[in-house]
Order: sequence, then structure tokens, then C-alpha cells
Amino acid sequence: MSDTPFVAVEGLHFSRGDKEIFRGVDMTIQRGGITAIMGPSGSGKTTLLKLIGGQLLPDAGRVLIEGQDVHRQSRKALFSMRQRMGMLFQSGALFSDLSVFENVAFPLRVHTDLPGAMVRDLVLMKLEAVGLRGARTLMPSELSGGMARRVALARAIALDPELILYDEPFVGQDPISMGVLVQLIKRLNQALGLTSIVVSHDIKETLTIADYVYVIADGQVMAHGTPKSLDVDQDPRVSQFVHGEPDGPVPFHYPAVDFVSDMLSPGGPR
Amino acid sequence: MIQRIRRLGRRGCDLLEAFGRAGIFLAQSAVGLPSREGLYLWVRQMHFVGVLSLAIVLVSGLFIGMVLSLQGYTILVDFGAEDALGQMVALSLLRELAPVVAALLFAGRAGSALTAEIGLMKATEQLTSMEMIGVDPLRRVVAPRLWAGFVSLPLLTVGFGVVGIYGGYLVGVDWLGVFEGSYWSNMQASVDFIDDVGNGIIKSLVFAVVVTWIAVFQGYDLVPTSEGISRATTRTVVYSSLAVLGLDFVLTAVMFGGLA
Amino acid sequence: MKRSKTMELGVGLFMLAGILGLVFLGLRVSGMTLQAPSDTFRLEANFANIGGLKPRARVTMAGVTVGRVAAIELDTDWYDARVVLELDDDLEGQLSRDTTAAILTSGLLGEQYVGLSVGGDPETLADGDTIRDTQSALVLEELIQQFVSNMVSD
Repeated sequence: MSDTPFVAVEGLHFSRGDKEIFRGVDMTIQRGGITAIMGPSGSGKTTLLKLIGGQLLPDAGRVLIEGQDVHRQSRKALFSMRQRMGMLFQSGALFSDLSVFENVAFPLRVHTDLPGAMVRDLVLMKLEAVGLRGARTLMPSELSGGMARRVALARAIALDPELILYDEPFVGQDPISMGVLVQLIKRLNQALGLTSIVVSHDIKETLTIADYVYVIADGQVMAHGTPKSLDVDQDPRVSQFVHGEPDGPVPFHYPAVDFVSDMLSPGGPR
Repeated sequence: MIQRIRRLGRRGCDLLEAFGRAGIFLAQSAVGLPSREGLYLWVRQMHFVGVLSLAIVLVSGLFIGMVLSLQGYTILVDFGAEDALGQMVALSLLRELAPVVAALLFAGRAGSALTAEIGLMKATEQLTSMEMIGVDPLRRVVAPRLWAGFVSLPLLTVGFGVVGIYGGYLVGVDWLGVFEGSYWSNMQASVDFIDDVGNGIIKSLVFAVVVTWIAVFQGYDLVPTSEGISRATTRTVVYSSLAVLGLDFVLTAVMFGGLA
Repeated sequence: MKRSKTMELGVGLFMLAGILGLVFLGLRVSGMTLQAPSDTFRLEANFANIGGLKPRARVTMAGVTVGRVAAIELDTDWYDARVVLELDDDLEGQLSRDTTAAILTSGLLGEQYVGLSVGGDPETLADGDTIRDTQSALVLEELIQQFVSNMVSD
């Protein structure tokens, strides 16, 4: 079973306008376990998730989920494929016109014909798992950012998916809710036997839960391996990123002409 | 020079592409059989789009009918033809003012709100997350709003016309002293249900489709930032007002101008 | 769910109000009657000049509307205007053969309509018959011309 990768990304090319975002990305993601995709801001990590979810069309290359090409599916087949995926968005993306309870119930209501009592039980179970059973009557605007993300997580697991994509789950969280989320992701993954893909640039938190890590930069996979092997990686770019050094091969400065000559040319371009 | 022509060409291509996208968008979202759930969503949107626009449309209709009556009276009385006041008020309201002014108000009240709402859902990734849950946002979010708009505006237009005629009655008969019988009978003699009321409603149906389509598409197609949303709501009001006025001329020419 | 109930009620009232408004526009504003359109019969009348008469103009008798103008066409045999009148069924077999039809104007600038007045002939007009005795529209220009030429000849 674990020989065939659950998700395979092969030779992925994608560009937005003139800007090349991916120039041949290859990845294999094994079933069960948490795979982290890391990279500096602007390296297209979220775009990669959208490509895996079939929301964007690559210029070249394929994304296979259990051997099926995501981008070769009919609209209907793609939507049914997505029922087996959950995705947690950066902002939570709760439906602002529905209460917490209805948000979590939403996937159940649209994809199943379960009777109301059973929907209620399932929703309360999922909310209990994220510790927000008591907040079910609140509206999304009444939640803090961390709570919203936890509700979104409950919604993402409502249909018991096999794959969950996390888009920057830790960004902008205080240390407590960050710790809560880290624990949740790890626990859910073990308890439900999920396959998780976590996109993040919060190195410390991500490395504590990830089983395998891909580092993307410049549109390519720069390094991959277990968290331990990356920690001692000799590549200066990898070690700069993993250890969070401000300057290094990934420059602190946006490309510019030499500072001194720029300052001394008053009539130059602004 | 060549640069400029090329830029113009690119503008043209962009424009055509946008029209194409908008057309596909309309086709994808407006078709499809409504489900029970869809009906509920539609009722919800009818409330937001229709019921909540009712007050502004009716109040404007009352005032426009009153002004029309006042202005018409001062002109007609010079010819001793103030008996024709009812006819004048009713025809100008039913053929022209009710469909057009209701559509313009609708664009300002409901259209911009639709754009902002859908735009905000896009900016907060609600549409994407809906897609990832395996629900088509065109069906779930866009279609009920489109159909609510299609149905609401003709109803609002009828309301506008009725209230306007009543407003004309208030000013003309109760205040200026036009004989009540001639107000109504002249109106009844000159207004034809199919030609005047019917054509007015056809107009408002066309406007409903155009305004709602523009509003919803602008919301769906905008750049998902706060600046993008504010620009898109402005565009909605500007484009739909222009489209309503332009189309009104075309429709009037076809319906009443003896063309075609 | 209570909130959605009131919402449904609101939407229902809104739609009901729209339909009632449409009924108002039909009955009160365009003057339609709820009875099925009564049966009609047709008469024709030839006029030398119809002035500004339009289809759908009223046909009256003693000021009471009894029908409408159904069609106006040019009669190429006589080069005058043939006006088809649609009259209430009750009048079929009631109008004498020497009924006159005149094109009249309501007020100085008002719309033009057809006025019928009965004569004394015992025989009556039936569906499709032609009214012989007609009086053309008054054309203001002709009237003025006549008046001026009379002044000159005086």
C-alpha cells in the first residue's frame, strides 16, 4: 500500500502572467503522515495547494491522487474527488452567513442525506474534537482568529476525508493558539489516519510535527528529507531557511543598483 | 504610434475576453434545475435583493409620480388639457420612468451590495473553500442571487408604477383639482395593457438580467483585495447605469419607435 | 429557523404585492374589465380623409363608447380610407342602414374618434356591411383655407 504514493506531483510548471512560479516541481507524498511544504513567502506554496486541489491548471506536468490525474477529470469527477479532501484556508474561510454549527454541518448537508439528528451528532463530535462544542451558536464574526481556524478544521474533517491540505495554519496566531493548532493537527492525523500536507513558513512548529519536509524556493524543490536530515543539511540556502538567518543566499535586499552610486545620483530615476 | 495602436488592440482583446468570461459565467450559473435547497436559498436572496429594496423604490416612485403630475399640470393647463394629466403620468411612468428609474435604484441598492457581498466571499476565500468542499459556488452562491434579481426587479417596477400613478393622483386630483373622473378615464382610454404595461415589464426584465448579471459577475471576477472590492462596486453601478440607459433607448426604439 | 419564517413571509408578501400591483395596472390603469371580451361584429366605413385617426381609437354613439377601430387601410378602388370598426355584439341588427359615421375630435387638440349616429331606415346593418354615409375628419388647414378663400370672394 505504502509503495504507491498517495499524492504525486510530477514535473509541475506554472506561471502567472510573465512570472514563473514553478519550474518543474516533483514530489511524492506517502499515505498517512504529515508532509510539510516550506519555503519563503512568495514562493508559491499556496499556489501549489491550489494546484493539488485542482483549482488551478498547470502549464505542464501532472498531479496524481491515487494514480488519477486531478486536472484530467470532468468537473463532476473533480468535485467528487474533492469530497475526499479537506482544505484549511489561511483565513479559515468560514461562511460568514452561517453559524459555527451550520458551517460544520454544511459539507454533511450537501453531500449526504443523513437525518438531522445524525448530522447534529456528527457536528458535535467534530466540534468536540477541536474543543469548540460550546461555541456552536456563535457566528464567525464573533470568533477569534484561532477559534475560526479550529472551526474551519472541524469543517474540513466533517466528511472524514483522506487528505487534508493546510494552508499556513500557524500564521498570525498567538503562541497559545499556535500550540493548540500544532497539537490538533498532529492528534487528528494520528487518530483519523489522515494524510496531511502542511504548507507553512513557521519552521519551528512545522518541524516538530512533520514526518517529511519539502523546501521550495525559486520554483523548484530545493531540498527534501526528514526534519532531522534537513537540520544538518550543508546547503547554505537550506540552512539559512531552516535556521532563520536574516541574510544569506536568499538576500535581504531586493535587487537594486549599488547603494552608494544610487545615493550619489540625484537626477536618477526614483 | 504603433505602440498606442497595439495598446488599443490589447484593450479590445481584454474587453472581448471579459465579455466571453461573463457570458460563460451567466450560462453556467443561470441554468440548472432548482432543488428544494436552492429554493430556500432563492427565498433568502429575494429577501435581501427584493424586499429590502422595496422601501427606496416605492418612496422614489411616489415622489417621481408627484413631480410628474406637478410638472405635467403646469404644461397641460396652458392648453386647457389638464384632463389628460392621468394619461400623461401613467404613460410616462409605465413606458419609461418606472423601468428605468427602478433599474437605476436597483443597481445602486441591490447591485452594489451583491458585488460587495460576493467579492468579500471571494476575498475571504469562502468561494474557494466551497469549491474544495465539493460545492459549486456558481450554483450555490451565484445562481440564487441571479434569479432573485431577475424576479425582483420586474416586481419592484410594477410597485414603482403603481405608487407613481397614485402619487400623480395625490398631486393632480387632491391638490391641483383635476377632476378625478377624467384623471382615471383618460388614463384608461389611452393605456393599453399589452402595449404599455407589457412593454414596460419586458423592459424591466431585460434590465433585471443586465443589472444582476453585471453586479454578480463584477463580484465574482474582482481582484480579491479591499481595494478591488471598492472598485468593483463602483464599476457595478457605473456599468449597469450605462447599460440600462443605453438599452432603454434601443428597446424604446424597437417597442414604440416603429422600428422592427 | 424563526428568522427564516418571517423572511419567507416577507418574500411572499413582496411577490403578492407585485402581482396585486399588476392587477391594479390592468384594471384601474389600462381599464381592462374582468369579463371575457364581449363578442363583436365588424362594420366598414369609407372616409375621404381620416385626418389623424389611429387604430384602437374609440367608436362612440351619443358619447358612449361602443367599440374600437380595428384597422385602417387604403381602398385602392376609390383611393380613400377604409376603416374597419369593431362594435359590441348587442348592436348587431340594431343600427339602421343609413347610420352615419363621422370622425370627430375630442377638444381642440384631443384624440380623434369615430362617432356613429343612427338614421331612420327600417333595414339594419349586419356583420361585414359598409356604412355609406360618412363624414371625413376636419382638417384644420383645409378649414382655414376655405375660410380665407371665402373672405377673399366676399
